[in-house]
This record gives sequence, structure tokens and C-alpha cells, in this order.
Amino acid sequence: MKAFSVSKAVTALMLAGLVLLPLYSYLSGNVFILTLFTRIVILALAAASLNLIMGFGGMMSFGHAAYLGIGGYAVGMLAQEGVGSGFIQFPVALAASAIYALVIGALSLRTRGVYFIMITLAFAQMAYYVASGLARYGGDDGLTVYKRSDFSGLINLSNRTQFYYLCLACLFGVIFLIWRIVNSRFGLVVQGLRSNEQRMQAIGFPAKRYQLVCFVISGTMCGLAGALLANNTDFVSPAVMYWTRSGDLMVMVILGGMGTLFGPVIGAVVYLLLEEFLSQITEYWALIMGPLLLLIVLFGRGGIMGLLGRLNRG
Amino acid sequence: MLLVVEQFLNGLQFGLLLFLLAAGLTLVFGIMDLVNLAHGSLYMMGAYFAATFAAWTGSFLLGALLALGATLVLGIVLEMSALRHLYGRDHLDHVLATFGLILFFNEAVRLIWGPAGLALPLPAWLTVPVPILPGIHYPAYRLAIIVVALLVALLLYLGVMRTRVGMLIRAGASNREMIGALGINIKLLYTLVFGLGAALAGLAGMMQAPILTVQIGMGENILILAFVIIVIGGIGSIRGAFLAAIFVGMIDTLGRAFLPNLLRQVLSGAAASTAAPALSSMLIYLLMAIVLVVRPEGLFPAHRR
Repeated sequence: MKAFSVSKAVTALMLAGLVLLPLYSYLSGNVFILTLFTRIVILALAAASLNLIMGFGGMMSFGHAAYLGIGGYAVGMLAQEGVGSGFIQFPVALAASAIYALVIGALSLRTRGVYFIMITLAFAQMAYYVASGLARYGGDDGLTVYKRSDFSGLINLSNRTQFYYLCLACLFGVIFLIWRIVNSRFGLVVQGLRSNEQRMQAIGFPAKRYQLVCFVISGTMCGLAGALLANNTDFVSPAVMYWTRSGDLMVMVILGGMGTLFGPVIGAVVYLLLEEFLSQITEYWALIMGPLLLLIVLFGRGGIMGLLGRLNRG
Repeated sequence: MLLVVEQFLNGLQFGLLLFLLAAGLTLVFGIMDLVNLAHGSLYMMGAYFAATFAAWTGSFLLGALLALGATLVLGIVLEMSALRHLYGRDHLDHVLATFGLILFFNEAVRLIWGPAGLALPLPAWLTVPVPILPGIHYPAYRLAIIVVALLVALLLYLGVMRTRVGMLIRAGASNREMIGALGINIKLLYTLVFGLGAALAGLAGMMQAPILTVQIGMGENILILAFVIIVIGGIGSIRGAFLAAIFVGMIDTLGRAFLPNLLRQVLSGAAASTAAPALSSMLIYLLMAIVLVVRPEGLFPAHRR
């Protein structure tokens, strides 16, 4: 038994920091940091959902940003049509993401490996072009969400602190769910499929059906992040679904540590803070970020979680 | 009639351009097993090099030749400095590392050439309309693209199928350890193949440059099309890439040109003009979905080991 683990300590510190952030923002009068971290928490949720299929299921989806867009557009379109209730908007966002994931998953899971990466990527681009073609809902220019989701006074999404805690609660809820899934019989089968699909099939598990269910759960979770994101920016545009956004999510997962419960959260925090920090130093921040990613891939196996684990072993 | 012939040729031209891009991508993947997302960046660099060199030298052709060389050199440098360390690694590592390269290239271009796009003007002799059928004219430049791309496709085919280097390339694709053991300098071979792929992407970029503006991120949209082509044609298969590229080029161009009118026959005018742009941009993805359902390995898969 380990008395002390660096990665656990860092994770606990980070979670405590996330919970206490509004207090710091209030005391220091720094409103910007709360806005920044609301976005970080939402994207961490999206990264965690990607990690479920990528880290635990071995399914490298390169089109995960599509669900951000679908969840966002569900909120935006309903708001535009005069349906402002969050009790309708959020379930619709989740259902739309689930249906999209079901169709795309069923098609993409016919393939494997690099084909799977490219196909999920291409289908997300399709969603991007479809949204660009929706003239009624802003087309290329995107859709302004004039009124945030209305939860009948239970939570006020226009209140920064309340909205932040809603996002954080969603993130913790999703991570709890992933923890339950990963340790369930279902999750063990999916992880078994990652390491040896043929063997699992020989034992008698319908491989594709398990993977598809996992794929749909992941997409639905990411749709939730999309609905929150639209409320956060009061705006949704095809750009949310652009394939480089899917790449960002992938980077967050890898950077933090693929296949670990809290890795994607750490990855999202580090990646987005780094982006923020570098863009303050130089306008050309991507000039540094790009090669940094290359270096992380070449030398940083297992991401930050892996690094912390090695620290622990001495 | 005029419109149909013109759109047909446009489709062919676009398809051949896509082939140049897809051929490089699938060559690198088939032989080095490397997923190179930054292939679109090389396409972009080709266009920027061409616009710059053409402005310096004052000659379109000279600029194009210099740009071709520059993209080749850039590809070789890229392979030697970064990508060769990725061979044998997970595909996911390739995706991430080359994603980082895209960020880098886009930002480097912004730094060097500025955020506004460039134009690559055509010389006068390439802007004249050429009569191709009685009463039908087609722009000389688009015709030149078709000729050049067909020529490159032929050279590529002959080079891969009929020369000694081509034989080594094919051998490397089927068993890399073996040709290394036979005393072939496989490192050099890989560098050359990557350089060739880069030059093909650069060629596509510079040829497209006079038609569209040269701008940051121009390689990213077209890269996805190249992926779709590879998936439809079968990864690692040059022949598959050729046929699928022409198919996709045709479907995309003809869909955009004729779908709105077709839809107007069935739907009301307003509904048709709403649905047509979305549907025509979905067309090739629908095609890809159908191909996947029927043949998950693509239409013309290369022989797997």
C-alpha cells in the first residue's frame, strides 16, 4: 500500500483549486479568471468524454468537436425558436448528440485503426459544413444565443458563480459516471476489447455492440459540454466543430494522461492556461505551442499523469 | 450543354488536383506507416512559395519551379528533423505531432507573410480561353492543370512500377525489415519518399493558388477531402487514390453546380435554396458512408501484408 502518491496529491490540489476558484475570484476582484476557468471546466468535460472512448476504449475519435457543436446548436436553435427552458434544451441537446453518435459510431466502427481516425474526422467535417449551410441559423457567421437556458429560477446561468458551479458539477458528475462505467462489467469488456478484440469476440462478446454503446455514451457527455459552451459564450458557430477543435480535445487528453480518470482535466487546465499564458507573451503563441506538442509526443509518454507517476517511483 | 461540359472539366481538374494531394498522403502512409496531418501545410507552403518566388523573379514558370524545389527541400528537412523519430510509434502519436506542426506552420506563415492572403497572378498566355469543342471554350490554365496532373500521375505510375527506386519503394511498403537487411539505405529511401510526397502536395498547392487566394489554413479543408479520397480508395493504394480522387472531384463539383436546380424540381424554391448548399457539401461524405458500409477497406485496397 502506498502511503503517499504524487499524482493523487496533485489531483486533489487541482480539484480543491477548482472548487475554491470563485472564492479567489471574489476576494481578488479578478472576474476574468472565473470566465476563463468556466471555459476550461467545460472543455475539460469534453476532454473527459473523449477519454472514455479513447483512453479506456481504444477508439481514437478525431471528430469529437462535432458533439460540442450539436449540443450548442440544439440550445441555440431552440432559443431562436422561442423555447428558452433548459429543461427542454438540455435533454434535446443530449438526445441529438446521442443520435448523431449512434449513426456515426455504427458507420465508423465498421473500420479500425487509422481508418477510424480519418472517418470520425471526416464526419465531423460534414457536420461543420452542414452547420455552415444553415442560413436560417446564421450559416457561416454563427448563431447568437440571446438568452441563456432558463431553469425556472433553480439556477441562474447569467450569474457567473452559479454558472461556474453548474459546469463544475457537470464535470464531477461525468467523471463519477466514467469511474462507475470503467469499473463495471460493461467497462471491463470495453477495456478488454481495447487490448484484444479477437479474444473477446472468441469468448462470445458482441464486440461492436459494446463499443457502440460506449461511443454513444461518450458523445452524449460531450453534447452536454456543447450545451454548456453555447451558454457560456452566448454564441454558437460552425467553428466550434472545426476539426482543429477536435485536435485540441485530443491534445488535452494525451497531455494530461490518456486512460486516467483525472488526466483529461489536468490536460485541459494545463493546455488552456498555457495557451492563455503564451498568447499574452506573444501574438504568435502557436509558434511555440506547435513544437511543444511535438516534444511532448516524442518525450512525454503517458502525459502529465505518467510523469507524476514516475516522480512517485523516484 | 456548355455548362455540363464546363462543369465536367472543372470536376476532372479538381479531382486531379486532389489526386496529387492524396497520392503523397497515401504514399507516405503506405510506405512509412506515418499519418501526416501536416500534409495540408505542405500544400499551403507550396502556394506561398509560388506566390513569393513568382513575385521575386517576375516569371510564373520560374516561380513555380523554384517553389517545387523549395517544398521538396522543406519536406526533406521536416522528415530529417522531426518526423523520422515517429516511425514505429502509435498512429495517435503521429496525429498529435503533426497536429502540432500544423499550428506551427500556420503561425509561421502569419509571421512571415502576414495575416492577409496573397495573390498569384497568371501570365497572359495562360488566361486565354481555349476552344475544346466547336463553340465551347475552356480556360487555358485549368486545362494546363489537367495536363500537368495527368502527366505527374503517369510519371508516378511509371516511377513506382518500372524503376529500381520504385521497386525499392514497393518492397519497403511490404516489408521494411527485409529491404533494410538487404543493405538498402532505408533511411535515405524514407526521406526521399517523404520529399516526393511533399513536392506533390506543394505542386497541388501552387497550381491551385492562381484560382483561389493563397491564405493561412488553405490546406486544412482540402486535407480532409484527401482523407475522404484515401478512405474511399483504400489506404496505401495509388490506383485507388487516383480513381477515388476523380470520382470525388466530379461529385463535389457537379453536386454544387446542379443540385440546387435538381432540388428546385422537387422542393419549393425557398426550401431548395436552404437545403442545396448543405446537401451538396454533404454529398461526398454520404458517398464515403456508402462505400464504408459496402467495403470498409475501401474500393481498391492495397495488398496488406
